[in-house]
Amino acid sequence: MSNVDVVVTGLGATTPLGGDVASTWDALLAGRSGVGHLTQEWAGSLPVRIAAQLAVDPSEVLERVRLRRMDRSEAMAVIAAKEAWADSGLADAGLDQERLAVSFGSGIGGAITLLDQDDILEQHGPRRVSPHTVPMLMPNGPAAHIGLDLGAKAGVRAMASACATGAEAVALGLDLIRLGRADVVVAGSTEAVIHPLPVAGFASMRAMSTRNDEPERASRPWDKNRDGFVLGEGAGALILERADHAAARGARIYARLAGAGITSDGYDIVQPDPECRGGIRAMRMAIEDAGLTGADIHHVNAHATSTPVGDMGEIKGIRAAIGSHPILTSTKSMTGHLLGAAGALESIAAILALRDGIIPPTINLDDPDERLDLEVAAHKARTADIQAAMNNSFGFGGHNVALVFTRA
Amino acid sequence: MATRTEITSGLAEILEEVAGVNPDDVAEEKSFTDDLDVDSLSMVEVVVAAEEKFGVKIPDNEVQNLKTVGDAVTYIEANH
Repeated sequence: MSNVDVVVTGLGATTPLGGDVASTWDALLAGRSGVGHLTQEWAGSLPVRIAAQLAVDPSEVLERVRLRRMDRSEAMAVIAAKEAWADSGLADAGLDQERLAVSFGSGIGGAITLLDQDDILEQHGPRRVSPHTVPMLMPNGPAAHIGLDLGAKAGVRAMASACATGAEAVALGLDLIRLGRADVVVAGSTEAVIHPLPVAGFASMRAMSTRNDEPERASRPWDKNRDGFVLGEGAGALILERADHAAARGARIYARLAGAGITSDGYDIVQPDPECRGGIRAMRMAIEDAGLTGADIHHVNAHATSTPVGDMGEIKGIRAAIGSHPILTSTKSMTGHLLGAAGALESIAAILALRDGIIPPTINLDDPDERLDLEVAAHKARTADIQAAMNNSFGFGGHNVALVFTRA
Repeated sequence: MATRTEITSGLAEILEEVAGVNPDDVAEEKSFTDDLDVDSLSMVEVVVAAEEKFGVKIPDNEVQNLKTVGDAVTYIEANH
């Protein structure tokens, strides 16, 4: 436990369900799927022809010339961070920029730029390769662009821990404020890899759903007939702020970021530990860090990606670390799996569930796996008095991150 | 053979596409960096696009001499 309290004072997102937090949250509560057919010509030859693409393309939001110097993942990051910043009211708060940090990551980085520029290199030679290539594909690009936009001078950090990136970036933000390195941190993550190579790569791992005829039913965490995750894209941003700093300026507070736990499996490069031992330690660590016990956690926004192995390991883990009482959901049933951005978007969902006392549904849970022995908000949003909520994120490489949010 | 006016308007199209420069602002006496706010990476893009549009080669050691739009027009006029 730390004696420095950290609160969330702004949220921003661009997702397959909406171009901002409000539209995304409405769609989540309504149980709407953001998954659709990939209509691009390249998709025709792939085994997977479905994905959750952005509801609002960055070209509708950002200025054209700026956009052509950014990777899609960077553009999404900037859009989400702008919304969160405006939402926080910090623009007019006279914040010392040397006390503002960024902790923003991506699971894969500027892969679309890398692949597109490689095409140009092959077809037209090196002279035609864009001079913006390197800053567009570098994994710290999203964090750096946000830092430039806001004039952040307390360090711009770029996390990369595959599908745990977003949650780990938030956890790092918590550390930065607790250690006194910043008063405010823009934390979150972005991912934009809906492109034939990453899709083919994941498909070759047999990790993705091939329910190509029923895109809206393809992401079905914990359902008996789940057959893999559905790739999504998007970004989520949270403004983390030292509680006394937020109080002094009369900021609107969404929730308290009460604790974080980070562990690694040491088990396999991609397979999750079937006993979820690393996940259990992360969850316990986060609960202890928050000064709570498992009994206090009322809701878990689970990692549950709709893969046959991963979903059930986490159930064992939640039961061991928290107990049999929390109500679970997997918003990936609607958004698909945003990979590195998942932890940021799902933290936002957990925070809003806490604030509004309503848990978004897990759609497509028609025929639950018989090993699912915990309560899930299946099909429809569920009202609940939530005092504390957890977000879990696990990633290739054996990364496990749990975050605990409590009511403001 | 393109005239100086045609080359200038061709450069204006490239500058708009690459750097968002208003074509009305493009004139021979304007400096790429000081007047039109074209940064060094964008200048590389302008040069490559101009090479293609006008069928010229603009070597890197020549680019530093192209301070104004007029300098570029003169080079292109002499070499295409």
